[in-house]
Amino acid sequence: MSEEYILEMHDIVKEFPGVRALKGVQLKVRPGTVHTLMGENGAGKSTLMKCLIGIQPCTSGKIIFNGQEVEFKSPLQAMNAGITMIHQELSPVPDRTVCENLWLGRFPMKNKLMCDHKRARQEAIDLFQKWKLALNPDDMMRDLTVAQQQMVEIAKAVSYDTKVVIMDEPTSALTETEVEHLFDIIADLKSKNVAIIYISHKMEEIFRISDDISVFRDGEYVGTDRAANLNVDKVVEMMVGRQVGNMFPKVDCPIGDVILEVKDLASGKSFEHVSFQVHKGEIFGFAGLVGAGRTEIVETIFGMRKKTAGQIFINGKEVNIKSPEDAIANSIGLLTEDRRGNGIFGLLDITDNTVMASLKNYGFPQNHKKMEADAVKWNQAMRTKTPSMRQRIMNLSGGNQQKVLLARWLLLDPDILIVDEPTRGIDVGAKAEIHSILTKLAGEGKAILMISSEMPEVSGMADRILVMYEGHMMGIVSRNRDGGDPYDSQELLTYAHGEKNDFAAAN
Amino acid sequence: MEATKKGFDIKKFMSDNAMWFVLIVLAILLTIVRPAFFTVANLTTLVSSESVKGIITCGVCWCILSAGIDLGPGAVAALSAVVSASLAQQADLPTRLIGLHLPAILCIAVAMIIGGIVGIICGWLVACTHIHPFIATLGSQLICRALAKMYSSSPVSNLDQSFRNFAVFKVAGIPMVVFIFLIVFIISWFMMTQCRFGKNIFAIGGNRQAARVAGINVEKNLILTYMWCGLMAGLAGAMLAARTGSADPSTNGLQYEFDAIAAATIGGTSQTGGICKMSGVMSGILILGIINNGLVLLGANDNLTQVIKGLIIVVSVVVDMRKNAVRT
Repeated sequence: MSEEYILEMHDIVKEFPGVRALKGVQLKVRPGTVHTLMGENGAGKSTLMKCLIGIQPCTSGKIIFNGQEVEFKSPLQAMNAGITMIHQELSPVPDRTVCENLWLGRFPMKNKLMCDHKRARQEAIDLFQKWKLALNPDDMMRDLTVAQQQMVEIAKAVSYDTKVVIMDEPTSALTETEVEHLFDIIADLKSKNVAIIYISHKMEEIFRISDDISVFRDGEYVGTDRAANLNVDKVVEMMVGRQVGNMFPKVDCPIGDVILEVKDLASGKSFEHVSFQVHKGEIFGFAGLVGAGRTEIVETIFGMRKKTAGQIFINGKEVNIKSPEDAIANSIGLLTEDRRGNGIFGLLDITDNTVMASLKNYGFPQNHKKMEADAVKWNQAMRTKTPSMRQRIMNLSGGNQQKVLLARWLLLDPDILIVDEPTRGIDVGAKAEIHSILTKLAGEGKAILMISSEMPEVSGMADRILVMYEGHMMGIVSRNRDGGDPYDSQELLTYAHGEKNDFAAAN
Repeated sequence: MEATKKGFDIKKFMSDNAMWFVLIVLAILLTIVRPAFFTVANLTTLVSSESVKGIITCGVCWCILSAGIDLGPGAVAALSAVVSASLAQQADLPTRLIGLHLPAILCIAVAMIIGGIVGIICGWLVACTHIHPFIATLGSQLICRALAKMYSSSPVSNLDQSFRNFAVFKVAGIPMVVFIFLIVFIISWFMMTQCRFGKNIFAIGGNRQAARVAGINVEKNLILTYMWCGLMAGLAGAMLAARTGSADPSTNGLQYEFDAIAAATIGGTSQTGGICKMSGVMSGILILGIINNGLVLLGANDNLTQVIKGLIIVVSVVVDMRKNAVRT
C-alpha cells in the first residue's frame, strides 16, 4: 500500500507557544503527480511544508519518504534526500551571478581550498540545456525577471536528484506566458517521475494542472481527492467550511457625473497617451498583462511618479498633483499593490496603521481617544478579525491587513479610491468580503479605480474596463448589463495581448 | 540581452572601475601642482604610511560584506600594539614593562591572537545573540581601548630591532610593512574570489535567509568573518608598534576603523552587504592615501583633510547608490 506513495505524512502536529498550528494532519503524495494543497491563509499549508523540509521541526508525527521514516533537521538535509522547496518569497542573492546562486552553499571545488569556476559554469549550462531553461549563468540575479529567478530556483531544485519539488505560490508574480512556461516545466518534471506539491490560491490553474487536491482548514486536514472528482464550488466549500455566496457581489448602481478625467497622460516610457473619464459610483477596471503600465498610471495620478505629459481634472478643474500629499488633499486614496513594501507599518498596531494617513485630523497634542475610536469604528465596518486593536499588524493574515489598509483610506473618506491588486495573496473568504466593500463604496457615490491581474476579478467587478498593452491604451470596454457574462473574456484577452487596438490612430 | 554580452562594454568597464579613474586623475593633478608627488621617495612614503590602515581595511571590508560592521579594529590594534610591544622590548632594558621577552615572530603571533579572540567574541555576539554589529563592536572598541590603557598607562618604547624589522626592514627600498599588507591583501582577494568561504559571505551579506536555506552555516561563517577582521586588527597593531618603534595605548589606531570603513566604501563595498571587490577596496585605500599625502604636500591643515575625506565618502556612496538604482 505504502509503495504507491513517494511521500506520506501522518498525524503531523505543530505547536507554537500558545497556538496549535497543525492539529494532526496527513498528506500522501503519489510519484509523478501534481498534488495541490489548498486552504485559506493560516490553514497550515506552509507550516506543513516547513515541517517537511526541516525549517521548523514538527512537534509530533511521522514522515515516510521513499519507504523510509525520515526527520529532516535542515532544508539541506531534505534537499540531499531529494525534497526541495521553491519558496514563495524567492531567495536569491541579488548581486551575484545566476551561476553562483545556483551553487549557493555547495560550489564545486577544484580541491579542498579552491572553487572550480569553470566546472560550475559548465555544469550550469548543461543543466539549463537539459531542462530547456533560457538562462545565462553569467547574468546578475538582480537583472532577472521574477520568472527567470524562479527558473534558477527550479534549476537548483532539479540539480539535486530530486523526487519531490514543493512550489509555494509560484505563479503569483508571473505573466501568462511565463505561467505557461512554468507549466511546461512542471509537465517535464512529472514525466521524469518527480512529484510536485503545489500551493496556490488560483482555482483556474489548480484545476488545470493538479492530479490530486488536499484541502486544509484551520490547521486541520479536511480531505484529499482526485482533481477530476472535484470542482471549484466543492473545493471552496471544503476550504471555508460553508458555502461562499457570490464571489463578485457586484450591484449595479446609478452612475453619476464625471469626477476624474485624465487627458493624454504619460510618464516617461512607462505609458503614453492615456485618456479616460471616471464617474461617481463607477468601478473602473484596469486590465492588462504584468508590465502593461497599469500600476504606473495610478501611481502617476497619485503623485508617486513624475507626470511627463497630459492633464488631470477632478470635478472639471485641472489639478497639479506632485506628491501623494497633494493627491490626498484632492481626495484621492491609493491602496498600493505592494502591501508589505509600501502599505503596512508592520511593527505598529492596528490603530496606528488605520489613522496613519489622517494624522492631521487629530490635533496637537494628538487625540489618542479619538484615534482609537475611529480605528475601532472603521475596522468594525471592514470586519477586520483581530484579538485587539493593540495587535501589531504584521501578526494579522494578509486579508485582514488589507482590510486595515482599506479602513485607513476610508477614514480619509476620499471621493476617488484607487485599489491596486486589492486581493492579491488573500484567501477566498476575505476576497469576497473586500469585493462587497468595494461595491458598497461605489454605491455611496465614490469612484473606484481597480487594477487586477485576475481577469475574473476585473470583469466581475468593473463597470468599464480599460485594457493596456505595453504602455498604450488598447480599448475601453463597457459592462454588458443584460444578463449573461458581463464581458467577453476573449475580447479582453485580444486587447491585452495587443492584437486589437481601438486607439491605433490616436497613438 | 545576449547581444550585449559579447565584446567589450566600455561603459560597464568605466563604471566598474570608476574609482581607479578618480585615483589616476587625482595623481595626475597632484603631479602637475606638486611635481614632488610623483617621486619614488614620496610614493614609497605614501604606500608605507597607508599599509597599516590597509591591513585593517582588508579585515573590515569582510564585515561590511557580510552586512555588518566592525568599529573595534582601531582599539584592538592599540591593545595588541602595547601587548606585543611590551613583549618585544629590548631584553636588557631596565625599564621593561614585563619580564617576559619573546622572539619577534611570536610577539606578532600574540598580537594576532588577541585580535582573533576579540573577533571571535564579536562574531559570536553578532551571529548568535543577534545584537546589531554596530553595538557589539562599539562595545569591543571601548573595552579594548580601556584595556590597552590599563595594560600600560604610557607609551611602550625601546623595541627590539628584530621586531621592528618586520615593518621597517627594506627590500628594494620598500619597507616590509608594505609587503605584509600586500600578502594580506592577496590572501583576502583569494578567499573572496576563489574559496567557498568567500562565496558564503557574499551569500550571507546579500540575503541571509537564502544563505541559511541553501545550507550555509551562517553563525560559523559570521564568527569566522569577525575573527578574520580581528586577526587583521591584531596584525595591524603589531605593525604599528614595529613601524614607529613604540606603542601608545591612547593614540595608536585612533579612528583607524573609520578610515578603513571609508576606504572600503569608496571602493564600492555596499553598506547593506553583499557587494565587495578587493580591487575596489585597494582603490579606496590608495585614494585616501593620496588625499592624506597630497594635502600634506599642498600644505593644507589636518582639519581640511578631514573635511575633504568626509565629502569624498558621502559623494562616493551617493554615486554608488545611483549606480545600483539604475540597475534595478
